[in-house]
Amino acid sequence: MTTATASPIERSDNPFALSHLDALEAEAVHIFREVAGEFERPVILFSGGKDSIVMLHLALKAFAPAPIPFSLLHVDTGHNFPEVIAYRDRVVAEHNLRLHVASVQDFIDDGRLRERPDGTRNPLQTVPLLDAIETGKFDAVFGGGRRDEEKARAKERVFSLRDEFGAWDPRRQRPELWNLYNGKHAVGEHVRVFPLSNWTELDVWQYIEREAIELPEIYYAHERDVFARDGMWLTAGEWGGPKEGETVQRRLIRYRTVGDMSCTGAVDSAAATIADVITEIAASRLTERGATRADDKLSEAAMEDRKREGYF
Amino acid sequence: MSSTTELTATSLLRFATAGSVDDGKSTLVGRLLHDSKSVLADQLEAVEHASRKRGQEAPDLALLTDGLRAEREQGITIDVAYRYFATPRRRFILADTPGHVQYTRNMVTGASTAELAVVLVDARNGVVEQTRRHAAVAALLRVPHVVLAVNKMDLVDYAEPVFAAIAEEFTAYAASLGVSDIVSIPISALAGDNVVEPSAHMDWYGGPTLLEHLETVPVGTDPSVEPARFPVQYVIRPQSAENPDYRGYAGQLASGVLRTGDAVTVLPSGHTTTVAGIDLLGEATDVAWAPQSITVRLAEDIDISRGDLIAAGPVPVPTKDVEATVSHLHERPLRAGDKVLLKHTTRTVRALVKEISYRIDIDTLEQRSGAEGLGVNDIGRVVLRTAEPLALDDYTDNRRTGSFLLIDPADGTTLTAGMAGEAFGGALAVAEPQAEEGDWV
Repeated sequence: MTTATASPIERSDNPFALSHLDALEAEAVHIFREVAGEFERPVILFSGGKDSIVMLHLALKAFAPAPIPFSLLHVDTGHNFPEVIAYRDRVVAEHNLRLHVASVQDFIDDGRLRERPDGTRNPLQTVPLLDAIETGKFDAVFGGGRRDEEKARAKERVFSLRDEFGAWDPRRQRPELWNLYNGKHAVGEHVRVFPLSNWTELDVWQYIEREAIELPEIYYAHERDVFARDGMWLTAGEWGGPKEGETVQRRLIRYRTVGDMSCTGAVDSAAATIADVITEIAASRLTERGATRADDKLSEAAMEDRKREGYF
Repeated sequence: MSSTTELTATSLLRFATAGSVDDGKSTLVGRLLHDSKSVLADQLEAVEHASRKRGQEAPDLALLTDGLRAEREQGITIDVAYRYFATPRRRFILADTPGHVQYTRNMVTGASTAELAVVLVDARNGVVEQTRRHAAVAALLRVPHVVLAVNKMDLVDYAEPVFAAIAEEFTAYAASLGVSDIVSIPISALAGDNVVEPSAHMDWYGGPTLLEHLETVPVGTDPSVEPARFPVQYVIRPQSAENPDYRGYAGQLASGVLRTGDAVTVLPSGHTTTVAGIDLLGEATDVAWAPQSITVRLAEDIDISRGDLIAAGPVPVPTKDVEATVSHLHERPLRAGDKVLLKHTTRTVRALVKEISYRIDIDTLEQRSGAEGLGVNDIGRVVLRTAEPLALDDYTDNRRTGSFLLIDPADGTTLTAGMAGEAFGGALAVAEPQAEEGDWV
């Protein structure tokens, strides 16, 4: 039984209909401009991964024809894919951007951080990140995090207040209503801002396709020397793999995420174009993080725990 | 390539679910995600693993949505979570709001951006206090479409009269609150009847499954029938060699359509001018509509900054006296005499809470004394005085330009969500029975 008291107007031929990508784009641009209007020193976290590349693309559109009023911050683990660093430097030069680099290696070299026994550097990023935020006096820090990535992220606000230690307290979050984002914060606190909160991996790829956005080559199928660890293909290299008993083989692979080489796994893939990639992930039975991130498998609350410490 | 293009052309529906603790909301959400093939193998494996660790035999689909350590430990949902799934026809953003009585604020939060609310009831219990509360919140927030999902039909032998009676009672109640589109669907979230697949047990039901309805309900309002509202977010002035004189006002159209040549009024100053040009994220265009993010250039060089409203059609009269229905969100109560910040569109001003007129008992819709102020999860009526005039529309007319936040100036805490004008679009006055006790204010 359908009990509609008023028949809704049929708008399938509505000339004002927006596709889901248009709606997500309009929302993300609104978020960028809110930050530009409300904060003193915003910065975009830029890893050279697809999410941060899409963020940068949206920011460029949001302020056109003016340059973006933000600088970029890259937390360099020291175990980055060289293709990604090359891409980063190319983009920075092309758009005349200012880039800050926080280096995990520097922190290890001068003793402020210690290498973990498992060689994973992803969790080590938090300390240099918070140091860079403090030194740069950044009051708004854009991250490319999406709520579909992980269940702790599904609970995070678009404007996420961090205390003077950079920590996230899920119980102290501000309710977020309509599109009224509250950026008020005390001196020393900052706000993490996630313009892609409502995007999924597929949305990001469809947007990359629509906007013809260039990505680092490692997102597309290529042959690479890899070895198996914890059910994932890791790139062989100077960062510390393979260990004894792990054998290198040459495989046709691609990356679904870009991060520290020590914990970012590749997937077997022959997807050489954006359209191939979209077809592949639409059919995939694994989430992006499940397929490629070792550090999220450490415990049921691994992401939540890292975020509480100040991770993005 | 063709399949990619089809996927790109889909529309987006934001919706919220509301239901009491034992109505099976987590099961419904789990079923929607699972049967629409939005739960991937590693997520399911993680849930199975976690369920086994807890000694549960079957995978507990609620673990898909309970993301925080405390939630999993206590087996409850403490906060709104957002879920994403897609079908070939549409993309969905689901605000999954916990159903505890004390979490009215969570449903308010989820409903604020929702175009559709699913209110879940247990077929064995019918419309209960909590159901009326959910209908009232959906009506208060002006959620355009409401679905009554009568769950656990398997436990009432899939009997049509049970469903019909509940649907009739709910529809009458929600309609009296001003909800215009109400669709009732008999389901069993546990067995999967009418959630994604049509039920084999209820051939008396000729309507859509829940997912089918979600896929086909019209989204968005019709911008062509709304007056244009454009809150200025940011002024773009490149002052570069290529663009020495460019001066654009960046923002997101809150409602309506804006065309080059349109006459507009800038509020609160009241200056009038015309639209000289519109840029849609770097590309010039002649026409833009809500909710597009655009940049507007005006014919005259008038003083405009963040917080101003560019409006066309009947324009609101800026006022410093704001009467509104509010939902209080924070443990710190809101009291008459409080000095707060008020964030309306892109403008934040100082404000004084002059009066808390009354609290609305959301279960009975009766007005109660507001003398002690508003506590967390209270909904009530307030009178505010602002330091600067605001160009507010009635929330009934415009969810974007009729809504605001109250913020604690001391620490920036979000205290209260406000909706300007009459609650329930004035429908309350008609629907409201005469209160028996005399505690009116």
